[in-house]
Amino acid sequence: MKLVDALRFTGRAAAAYPVRTGLMMLAMAIGVAAVVVLTALGEGARRYVVGEFSSLGSHLLIVLPGRTETGGIMPGTLLGQTARDLTLDDALALLRVAGVQRIAPITVGVAEVSYRALSREVSVVGTTAEFTEVRRLAMGQGQFLTREDPRNAGSSCVLGAVLREELFGAEPALGRWVRIGDRRCRVVGVMAASGQGLGFDTDEIVLVPVATAQAIFNTNTLFRILVEAKGREALESTKVRVEAILKERHEGELDVTVITQDALLATFDRILRALTLAVAGIAAISLAVAGILVMNVMLVAVTQRTAEIGLLMALGAASGHIRLLFFTEAAVLSLGGALLGLALGEGGSALLRQLYPALPAYAPLWATVAGVLIALLTGILFSVLPARRAAQLDPVLALSKR
Amino acid sequence: MIELTDINRVFHLGDSEVHALRAIDLQIAPGEYLSVMGPSGSGKSTLLNILGLLDRPTTGHYSLNGRNVSDLSSDEQARVRREQIGFVFQVFHLVPRLTAAENIALPMMLAGIAPDEREARVKQALANYDLTQRAGHRPEQLSGGQRQRVAIARATIMHPVVILADEPTGNLDRASGQEAIKLLEGLNATGVTLIVVTHDPAIGERAHRRLQMDDGRLVLDKRHEAG
Ligand SMILES: Nc1ncnc2c1ncn2[C@@H]1O[C@H](COP(=O)(O)OP(=O)(O)O)[C@@H](O)[C@H]1O
Ligand SMILES: [Mg+2]
Repeated sequence: MKLVDALRFTGRAAAAYPVRTGLMMLAMAIGVAAVVVLTALGEGARRYVVGEFSSLGSHLLIVLPGRTETGGIMPGTLLGQTARDLTLDDALALLRVAGVQRIAPITVGVAEVSYRALSREVSVVGTTAEFTEVRRLAMGQGQFLTREDPRNAGSSCVLGAVLREELFGAEPALGRWVRIGDRRCRVVGVMAASGQGLGFDTDEIVLVPVATAQAIFNTNTLFRILVEAKGREALESTKVRVEAILKERHEGELDVTVITQDALLATFDRILRALTLAVAGIAAISLAVAGILVMNVMLVAVTQRTAEIGLLMALGAASGHIRLLFFTEAAVLSLGGALLGLALGEGGSALLRQLYPALPAYAPLWATVAGVLIALLTGILFSVLPARRAAQLDPVLALSKR
Repeated sequence: MIELTDINRVFHLGDSEVHALRAIDLQIAPGEYLSVMGPSGSGKSTLLNILGLLDRPTTGHYSLNGRNVSDLSSDEQARVRREQIGFVFQVFHLVPRLTAAENIALPMMLAGIAPDEREARVKQALANYDLTQRAGHRPEQLSGGQRQRVAIARATIMHPVVILADEPTGNLDRASGQEAIKLLEGLNATGVTLIVVTHDPAIGERAHRRLQMDDGRLVLDKRHEAG
């Protein structure tokens, strides 16, 4: 029997049982669509984060407490799991390091911010006036924290755009007093809305002087120190000097990690790549589940078409012919389902891009190809049993089936 | 050319045994026209299935054209069915989703015959069996007589040496039945061996050689002159 004939015969059979065919194609389509959409999401997130970092400015050093043995950056380090504390004095000492343009110490915590009867739990970021310059942030209204001695726990604050909207609505916010934890602060500015963002936006935070934040959270440690070097060329040498001075200040032990923008970027890139891969793997499992459905649907097909199989045998079909027909059927339906899924997945990704224009949600080529191939392979693999069952039918009994 | 020697076929149904065929000895020369008659359950279909290599005898020896076919592998038997045997069934067994032309072409598809030749042979067969107008119709759009003509065309498309028909007129009205039998006899006239199982004495008596079966045994084997 020729393959084209098997394909044609199979096509007719598939068309003759639309429910069965539809079900099988749907199962495959969902699996493949899941692979495409989820990898598009993962890959989009990765590209978004990478892009976001790149826009932060390229000669930034970030000092974090704690250090890993290998000198690499562990996810734990990024989350700020501390070995030894960083202090405000550490930060101020960095101002004297050659090659440092400016610094912005950061303390972070969550507290309740309230204005009259309205209150919200938000992230409170304690920092200094230099923060907006280091992070290249723009003001929406008023001004940022004033330049003063960082050890002063001043009582001014700056609201994120969304937070301002939530607390004040149409009312003017500038000059009003809000309560942050157990302190009262005067609103001196509102950040410009940053649009959609994945964790770097200032929309839902409140910024206060670093010493104020430390007082609110009753701590004297820092979460990060952002250090802007004088130039990109000076970045590596500045990093070495920053490490040297912090080591000196910490009794000769280098217990902080200083990372450059590039290293951070590479880490995020790696984490998000792994995430995409994991998500693709999970989606691929749905294809295996589809395979089990394929098997059952094909077994039903064998039962439905028993008399026809008997006839083919009477007409001289060898067991190989029968198997070939069922394999082709499974392959054709899987492939059809996979292509349908591809279309659905690409449509879904396009919808994601429409809904979140900032997210470049394009499925990587490898995921698309792998999705289709796995669908095809699963379809054929799971039709082995039904095909064999069909080929082993007794022709006389099969012919007597109605 | 067909030679059955001491063929037995025993079916096991749970603990009980059904002797569908008992010690059948039968020689059929090329081009013979046989009818097989007998009460229901006497083993006629079983005999036909064994002749057609759809079933294997429990014991006994079957040689076709001097070749011992009872010991062939299933795939080799399939090849013999494909190339030398044509089946005609009481219930036609047409594939419902295929057209008349496609049903007729099925054996050639299995045999891997080139599309050009397939098309030419189907065209000829459609003309021979007065089905040209019906080529594109599906079985449900055909009358019983037309369906059986499609089935006969399909059974002959590979030029088999023997045609096995199990109650070919059983689902047809008298006129269509007559027509189908005439077509089969026409094939026999070209030298094809024809074996027809039937209930209908009028049809059975048309054959040159009549077998009578009872309880798995061949009880009568009578030769007549043609007509
Ligand atoms: N697959 C089978 N399993 C068990 N018994 C069978 C089977 N096929 C046929 N038989 C039995 O064998 C006997 C002969 O059957 P069959 O050849 O179909 O008779 P006929 O065609 O003359 O009516 C019957 O008793 C029938 O019940
Ligand atoms: Mg019978």
